[in-house]
Amino acid sequence: MTTTTNKTWRTICDSSDLVKDSGICALLADEAGNEEQIAIFHLPNSEEKIYAVGNYDPIGKANVLYRGIVGCIADEPVVASPLYKQHFSLKTGRCLQEEQSIAVYDIRIENEQVQVFY
Amino acid sequence: MNTNKQLLSKAKIVVVGNGMVGHHFVEEMAKNSDYQITVLSAESRLAYDRVHLSEYFGGKTAEDLAMTTPEHYDELGVTFKTNAKVIKIDKVAKCVTTESGATYHYDKLILATGSYPFVPPIPGKDQDHCLVYRTIDDLEDIANSAKVSKVGVVIGGGLLGLEAANAIKQLGLQTHVVEFAPQLMGVQIDGGGGRLLKSKIEELGVQVHTSKATNVIEKGDSCRYKLCFNDGSELETDLILFSAGIRPYDNLAREFDLAIGERGGIVVNNQCQTSDVDIYAIGECALWNNFIFGLVAPGYAMAKVAAKHIGGVTGTNGELAEFTGADMSTKLKLMGVEVGSIGDAHGKTEGSLTYTYENQPEGVYKKIVVSSDKKTLLGAVLIGDTSDYDTLLQYMLNAIELPEAPEGLILPMAADKPTLGVDALPDTATICSCHNVTKGDIIAAIDCGAVDVGQVKSDTKAGSGCGGCAALVKSVADNEFEKRGLVVKKDICEHFAYSRKELFDIVSVEKIKTFDELLSSHGRGLGCEICKPVAASVLASVWNDYILKKPHLSLQDTNDTYLGNMQKDGTYSVVPRIAGGEITPDKLIVLGQVAKKYNLYTKITGGARVDLFGARVEQLPPIWQELIDAGFETGHAYGKSLRTVKSCVGSTWCRYGVQDSMSMAIDLEHRYKGLRAPHKIKFGVSGCTRECAEAQGKDIGIIATENGWNLFVGGNGGMKPRHGDLFATDLDDETLVKYIDRILMFYVQTGDRLQRTSVWLENLAGGLAYLQDVIMKDSLGITDALEEQMATIVGSYQCEWQTTLADPEALKRFQPFVNSDKGDSNIQFVTEREQIRPARDEEKIAVTIIDATEKEAVAEDA
Repeated sequence: MTTTTNKTWRTICDSSDLVKDSGICALLADEAGNEEQIAIFHLPNSEEKIYAVGNYDPIGKANVLYRGIVGCIADEPVVASPLYKQHFSLKTGRCLQEEQSIAVYDIRIENEQVQVFY
Repeated sequence: MNTNKQLLSKAKIVVVGNGMVGHHFVEEMAKNSDYQITVLSAESRLAYDRVHLSEYFGGKTAEDLAMTTPEHYDELGVTFKTNAKVIKIDKVAKCVTTESGATYHYDKLILATGSYPFVPPIPGKDQDHCLVYRTIDDLEDIANSAKVSKVGVVIGGGLLGLEAANAIKQLGLQTHVVEFAPQLMGVQIDGGGGRLLKSKIEELGVQVHTSKATNVIEKGDSCRYKLCFNDGSELETDLILFSAGIRPYDNLAREFDLAIGERGGIVVNNQCQTSDVDIYAIGECALWNNFIFGLVAPGYAMAKVAAKHIGGVTGTNGELAEFTGADMSTKLKLMGVEVGSIGDAHGKTEGSLTYTYENQPEGVYKKIVVSSDKKTLLGAVLIGDTSDYDTLLQYMLNAIELPEAPEGLILPMAADKPTLGVDALPDTATICSCHNVTKGDIIAAIDCGAVDVGQVKSDTKAGSGCGGCAALVKSVADNEFEKRGLVVKKDICEHFAYSRKELFDIVSVEKIKTFDELLSSHGRGLGCEICKPVAASVLASVWNDYILKKPHLSLQDTNDTYLGNMQKDGTYSVVPRIAGGEITPDKLIVLGQVAKKYNLYTKITGGARVDLFGARVEQLPPIWQELIDAGFETGHAYGKSLRTVKSCVGSTWCRYGVQDSMSMAIDLEHRYKGLRAPHKIKFGVSGCTRECAEAQGKDIGIIATENGWNLFVGGNGGMKPRHGDLFATDLDDETLVKYIDRILMFYVQTGDRLQRTSVWLENLAGGLAYLQDVIMKDSLGITDALEEQMATIVGSYQCEWQTTLADPEALKRFQPFVNSDKGDSNIQFVTEREQIRPARDEEKIAVTIIDATEKEAVAEDA
């Protein structure tokens, strides 16, 4: 049972809470009380400027991705897992080295507010 | 699918014997999974390297010589039995029986029983201390006998005999070699070469007696035995080692009616089949074309042919794999004397002509045998200098036309010498004869993506047999790399076309202070997890800013960002500095109290300090606040920087100490703490030559002497242990520190990313001597600058934890969620030996949904 029907833009934090070229972590909870951790990256020099993906590293099996170094590989914005250094695309969530992927979330900055669609 | 059934349907191959050749067959055959292979070995060990047997006395262990392990055979799916001597072959029922009565059915039987040393029928040969040289067990017997012997004699002056002589000489015996023929190594070299070899070996203290036949072995007068020769002379000795040639182990074949040669050996055809088509013989037990090959390379070739024939592998035109003889050329070092023999060394070919060069004062003898038209090389003998071996062998094997004056090939006039570039070799040229690797194979390996010599070697196995071709393999591969314009790329990543050293120069010369500046002026893209930490390290080494300052924050690895070492579950370890391992009881108690309060797993490290594990990000600041309040500072366990200076208590406490190593260690640790480098740096300081601090295994090692300190550089433990090189001796305190300042800063400036000092030193062109020139003689004129830079770093040290705790902006990073005060529920511990450890997956209690794919499943369960 997931709450797909009630998805909407929800404010997470202030845009001043973002760290340039790095990640922060937020906890999302739906009405059923299910919690999800997401990693939010602020890359002002990239196309989309802000990205949100799942914080769980499916290879290292720990909630750590927001602590990875961000950058690009062949122009694809990526985060490198701080555990074993695999790259995950910030656009698609796909792992560049292994058959794994992480969730991707819609995110935007509205009136200095960071908002995620969930 | 039923695995057992699958096994049953596989054709069964039984291999009798697990010497080098038998093992090679197994490796070749196991590539084909249609067969169930069983190995029966009479020896107690699996295959080992007999070619390098004498190295057993040079300190190699049976393990070092091993060519395989039970685990490896298990991986290959090969069944094996040691101590399983086969005593019966039933050709009709197609099974073999071992001594213990076990029976094994076969579809194809491989005899790889090898050979045994021939012991001439001399009366008295069967007594104690009369031994042979063939197996590791023989070597153990020899070593035991040598302990109660003073003099040793090897009977037989062939290749193996001389190796055996070397072995007993290494065991400290007065050594003699007795040879029936008028010269040594009569099979491989000619009379002239034999004479020179004899004199060189005698120079090394081994007495050589040629043209001596032993009539009887009697009780000795001054020694245990004496050899009585047919010319009436005698030789006293305690130990006798027979090395008078080999005889094929063909008794099984003989007993169970396979065709046997007149003088022994199991007769085989070009496919290595015996007179029974389902039984093959390979290696030294096989007689091909009335010839027994006593070298490993032809044995390997036979093993390959047999494996291909059984597996039905044919050539492109359907032709069968064939064994058609082998080149018996050989190059080796006997007691330090280089000996090479190629092809027709004796000039037996009709009409052949020879050129000889002999230099008695220097002990060099070279001879080439050429065809009557002087166009092709037939053979060669090289004693004392085998540097021409590879070139000559290629001329011979590939029938390359000789230069106008063939003597030029062996004359020592380097300038005029016609060199045969590897380019001149045809693709069919055999480069490694042990594994039959051609130049074409090496090129193919490079085509398939091998990018360095190491990879070429592991892909083709070239150079992994006797190793004699190593230099040639390298030059063929290098030549090929060069032709492709392949230069080893030093670019650190796709964003910077520079090496770490180049980036270091750019940053210091152009006074660049941030990554963004560096990226916009010299890079492209957004950077990545390779170039960002490199830039962070370089910026820190040059400017020594607080590493979590805004422009540097996003460059740091997570360990540096959170000033702790991330563990597998996302928690961190806490490691305060305990300089030199010295700690007051009060501080030790604080560590215990903090660990207890925060329930941290506690362990004493190899670097003489205490690690506290299992701290969540949000716990790090309060933990560190308590530690800093108690007088601790960060230990930089997370940084590519100085870790620990390990020390003994030195002259202060120790009865043997000659200097105060404890004070020196503490001073050095405080001097260099916080220095960012290409990789971590460890020190050791020992108070005397007993070296209790294991300083020679550290990047910088210091050992006290009566007169000061000896300085070692480039030691390493870990994955590739290396003893440090002795850099300078008997230094006073001031000079010691000055040299370390310069060495470390030079390393910081020139080292590659993640390159420890050991590898850095090995890769420095000019090596240790060069480094000594730079540091002690100032050959580059940079020592003042190096010292100055070090002084800047030392002067601007700050405890990163202290700075962080005073900076509310930085502390925000330690809050796990930007929008919640909760902690990460995926971090869970269980108790083991009264302390916490991370819970394994199956031990975790499901609390939250963690990823998109699991989301559905968990939701449904709920």
